[in-house]
Amino acid sequence: MSTTRRDFLKTTGALTLAFALPVRLKGAAAQPTESAFQPSGMLRIDPDGSVTIWATRTEMGQGVRTSMAMAIAEELEADWSRVKILQASTAPRFGDLGVTGGSQTTLSTTQALRKVGAQAREMLLQAGADTWGVAKSECLARGGHIQHPPTKRSLAYGELAARAGKLTPPPEPPLKAPKDFRILGKDARRLDGPDIVAGKAQFTTDLHLPGMLVASIERCPVFGGKVKSFDASAARKVPGVKQVLEVPSGVAVFGEDTWAAFAGREALKVQWDEGPAAKMDSASIRRQYEERLKTPGKVVRQAGDAAQALPKAAKRIKATYDAPFLAHATMEPMVAVADVKPGRCMIWAPTQAPGMALPAVEQITGLKADQIEIQVMLAGGGFGRRAMADFIADAVACSKAVGAPVKVQWTRPDDFRHDGYRPATLHELEAGLDAQGRPLAWMHRFVGPSIAASNHFPWPPEATELAGAADLAYDIPNLHVEWGQSDTPVPIWFWRAVPASFNPFVTECFLDELAHAAGKDPLAFRLAHLPKAPLKLGQHTFDPARYRAVLELAAAKAGWRTRKLPKGRGRGIAAHAYLDCGTYVAQVAEVEAKAGGGIRVHRVVCAVDCGMTLNPGNVKAQMEGGIAFGLSAALYDEITLKDGRVTADSFSDHPILLLPSMPKVEVHIVPSELPPGGVGEPGLPPLAPAVANAVFAATGMRLRSLPLLPPALRKA
Amino acid sequence: MAEYTLSVNGQSHTVEASPDMPLLWVLRDRIKLTGTKFGCGQGLCGACTVHLGGEAVRSCVTPVSDVGTKRITTIEGLDPHSAHPLQKAWIEVDVAQCGYCQTGQIMTAAALLARHPKPTDRDIDQAMGENVCRCGTYLRIREAIHRAAGQRKEVAP
Repeated sequence: MSTTRRDFLKTTGALTLAFALPVRLKGAAAQPTESAFQPSGMLRIDPDGSVTIWATRTEMGQGVRTSMAMAIAEELEADWSRVKILQASTAPRFGDLGVTGGSQTTLSTTQALRKVGAQAREMLLQAGADTWGVAKSECLARGGHIQHPPTKRSLAYGELAARAGKLTPPPEPPLKAPKDFRILGKDARRLDGPDIVAGKAQFTTDLHLPGMLVASIERCPVFGGKVKSFDASAARKVPGVKQVLEVPSGVAVFGEDTWAAFAGREALKVQWDEGPAAKMDSASIRRQYEERLKTPGKVVRQAGDAAQALPKAAKRIKATYDAPFLAHATMEPMVAVADVKPGRCMIWAPTQAPGMALPAVEQITGLKADQIEIQVMLAGGGFGRRAMADFIADAVACSKAVGAPVKVQWTRPDDFRHDGYRPATLHELEAGLDAQGRPLAWMHRFVGPSIAASNHFPWPPEATELAGAADLAYDIPNLHVEWGQSDTPVPIWFWRAVPASFNPFVTECFLDELAHAAGKDPLAFRLAHLPKAPLKLGQHTFDPARYRAVLELAAAKAGWRTRKLPKGRGRGIAAHAYLDCGTYVAQVAEVEAKAGGGIRVHRVVCAVDCGMTLNPGNVKAQMEGGIAFGLSAALYDEITLKDGRVTADSFSDHPILLLPSMPKVEVHIVPSELPPGGVGEPGLPPLAPAVANAVFAATGMRLRSLPLLPPALRKA
Repeated sequence: MAEYTLSVNGQSHTVEASPDMPLLWVLRDRIKLTGTKFGCGQGLCGACTVHLGGEAVRSCVTPVSDVGTKRITTIEGLDPHSAHPLQKAWIEVDVAQCGYCQTGQIMTAAALLARHPKPTDRDIDQAMGENVCRCGTYLRIREAIHRAAGQRKEVAP
């Protein structure tokens, strides 16, 4: 752990804050040129009227390039058809690129982006007024023009660019009232769309620099293993192979192109010192968790006295739940390009966290941060994986080793076997109902590794593991939630929705068990036991009214109370308040399930309250995506270990949800004027519990282990 | 190493390559057509789909020595103005999220429409059922294919 990364993280204190670093906009203004108007490092208006915006968060499919541009363009009163988007680098003019993760971009940047647009608009208004010798208050900004209605005069922004560039940005420009929005709140198509469908969108893997070599690295299949020796004689004979060298993460084969590197690597022979992790497998980790579960963990939520209350319950229910390690499996395997030269290092990488990669680059190159520039690239999927620095460090080490620009291209097996995995967890729960069927006590003890501790983040170890468990939404008088740390040699990292990818599965399914044990309808039971008033949970406030509203909306649209399902089908409901990013989601899944017939999810009705909606089309797309990602994990995905190795190395032994299994999805957005919240992750947490609860409704089988497909339900 | 003359998007390219070099890497690294993507190298995800003699194939598992004189079409050559009905429909439906798999999805769909100009949902399931999209854009892929199929009918006399 380097000092710099520690410092970088120290200011944050908690997981949510790591993803909420403010965009630093001041001091970012580039030197204005004669003709272009560049009031901020991330905005330029050219004399031809085109508006260029540099996204300071990473686009990986979640739509931030478009939504960030919308926020600036709205206040700028830009002509949306003239807006182009580019991606910022770590060059000082762009300010802090923060971490793109935790669904934080919208919540943490929108106000600042609006201010960038508003400052520019005010300067253009002033430039127009000065040009005409009229009062600024008589001028209007509309569609990329400054107008003077009394004299019906109009000048395009491009014509005013030079004049506006000589003005000083006003420190506190007025922001528009939401009722006057022309761009925000309306569907906007992805700005990258045309390039993507033409095959012109440039990903890191598409880069070809002059003199560049492509490297492929053979890594120890066992976590923590080291190179003992290697024989590169055959590899060096492969046409196109230029070098074979040991690097920190393994043995790198450098080729004149990708295939040469891959073919050379096939011919490489490496002897490994596999180290102690070679004895680990999925069963040994399970036993370790079971042992850990027998001893108390850290109490992370407490109300009343659950241990005292349980014996007084009229009915007691116990259950054990578990969730596996998971791979990110982004479509674009890990890749980065680096060009290390004396005194300078340039990197091109689809990174979610350039600032967190810098210390590793400094360490490898011996350069200072201001000698290093990371150009953030369009990411072919991220889901948290690309906040890791490993793939960048690979490229930098390889470029330094050969003194040429190098692209390190990971293969699909590399990507599956050397991920930072979603932690596997094991949960034990016990709850009691009173004589009227009301929840009296809830005890939840769960164990698993800590992302914070494993990665040496200066946070409490539990900080990364609790969402969906410690923030239980329901009003239960005696509540006790405990987490026990149980680290393993398996590298772990943030995955889409982090702990809310497993905890809400456990808590929303167990609550469903309570409802059925009480003989109550699962929706009515949830609604009956919400807190009466907003509840302070750590640094966040849980708003039961928003939670109730999404439950009611999803249920109404799904016909929960009104529509009967055919035999063999069941309906399940679940909700989650993603408090870190201010978004509430409820989902109703309709499922067909029978012994030997598999699980077929036919329909998912999703209600989302993400505060003010920046781009409704993207909110819907992200809910669809979260549901697909969640359904893949709910039904199929699992990383298992044998002899210290990840067993999966392809999409055939780690299947991903495919088109024929995609259910119909209906997304309903709750209108709101609250601050806009994130949508990249919140669509995922309710999916698995909604499906498992629906399977119970259809079959009477309560599935408590992810992935859900047990042998009895699998297709013959 | 051997010399291969390939017909790519109507142009002839002569490349030197080892016979087992997959067509994917010939296209990407030698001819610098990077719209065709590397997703798995195992023929399992469809990101590398191109047309070979009009058929959708997985270029990552197609050795260059197997190509012969068959016409190769990549996403760059699907339409001279990138305005194939599928490309237009993809934009209208706003299908893409990260976009990485989408060129392979479009090439697979284009081969489907060439065979079935009005595909049913079942046709789409069959043709598109092995193209992975980790962002989960499947509903919109289906919608865009239906839309393109309708558009084709409208523009035809």
